[in-house]
Amino acid sequence: MIDIQNVSLFFEAREVLRDISLTLTERRIAIVGSNGSGKSSFARLLNGLRLPTSGDILVDGLNTRDKGREVRRKVGFVFQNPDNQIVFPIVEEDVGFGLKNLGFSAAERAEKAKEVLRRYGLWHLRDQPSHVLSGGQKQLLAIAGVLVMEPRYVVLDEPTTLLDLRNKIQVRKAIEALPQTAIVVSHDLDLVADFDRVLVFDQGRILADDAPNAALRRYVEAMQDV
Amino acid sequence: MFDLYCDGHSPLHRMKPGWKILALAAAGTALFAVDHVVFSLGLLGLTLVLYRLAQLPLRRAWDQIRPVLWVFGLIFLAQLVFNSWQIGVFVILRFATLLMLAGLLTLTTRSSDMIEGIEAGLHPLRRVLPVARISLAISLTLRFIPVLSQVVQDVREAQKTRGLERNLIALAIPVVIRTIQTSEEIADAIDARGY
Repeated sequence: MIDIQNVSLFFEAREVLRDISLTLTERRIAIVGSNGSGKSSFARLLNGLRLPTSGDILVDGLNTRDKGREVRRKVGFVFQNPDNQIVFPIVEEDVGFGLKNLGFSAAERAEKAKEVLRRYGLWHLRDQPSHVLSGGQKQLLAIAGVLVMEPRYVVLDEPTTLLDLRNKIQVRKAIEALPQTAIVVSHDLDLVADFDRVLVFDQGRILADDAPNAALRRYVEAMQDV
Repeated sequence: MFDLYCDGHSPLHRMKPGWKILALAAAGTALFAVDHVVFSLGLLGLTLVLYRLAQLPLRRAWDQIRPVLWVFGLIFLAQLVFNSWQIGVFVILRFATLLMLAGLLTLTTRSSDMIEGIEAGLHPLRRVLPVARISLAISLTLRFIPVLSQVVQDVREAQKTRGLERNLIALAIPVVIRTIQTSEEIADAIDARGY
């Protein structure tokens, strides 16, 4: 369970998030909203990459303020641009990076990397330089690099934004198959249509928090009012 | 280096990276310390034998020096003017051998193994040097050379479409800004993966 208690966030004088309180327990949670609405900043609070200016975030009881490292082991994060997330030059090596940080031996890393690369259809690319992969393959590699660490929750920040339709479908299937709780920030309303819960962000506040049909209807109405 | 590794099971592939790095350092030093063309020719021959031992075609040795042939041309010209053509050939022979040996290291060693080798080599200095950070910095450098070259290409193309053919400042500013933005996200990504 992720418990968000009266969270506000400021970047210097600019208010990015205002007094948000939520409890996230569902398996598939979407965060939608216009650009600059605070949704990506909110996502970064969930694993302690950013700390709130006021309020607290508890992940299974661990406060991101003082248990950042433990929280990040529980909450994996997939960034919008996989090029900024892939750290090692070779596919298999990159998957091993997070495992090395967790203290796994070289043999254990190789075994786990093999399993996750096979799961995402990337095993045949294991020796390839990561920069030659297609956009979809890079995004799958970014997801694999996070999932191999076996987090309990996965936050994905606009995982399909940079992808063509074929790659989008591939990544969507990967998200559907995730055994973890997934919190997905997205502009792709089709992607989140079957989720359990949708949070609509607007100007740093939650405009709607509901099942997909009702929440997305409210979101579309709000955007048409502008 | 970021895409040179050739998978294989040769003795050179199996050799610990630390030994290979040491051997390269020793060969490089000897190559320039021993001032005799026969020694350099011998080392070139040995290098080519090592390529075969690593089950690599000799074409891969040629690939290591092909991109810098123009530099060799300049060196040869300079030696021709200030010394003699024999010394020009000798200097190029030394550089070519060194490049082939360095290429052999990267062709037979995964970058992660190489980084671990460097990390192990620096281990005794861990009290005075941030060894893990140095090795991460090396891997990031290798990883982001192609990413940054793509950024430069994107910016250059965007400027060409707006009529700017060659303008170093106009190229540098957006490249630096994008690089800083990218570096911030990379730092977050590294944190997010438990570093």
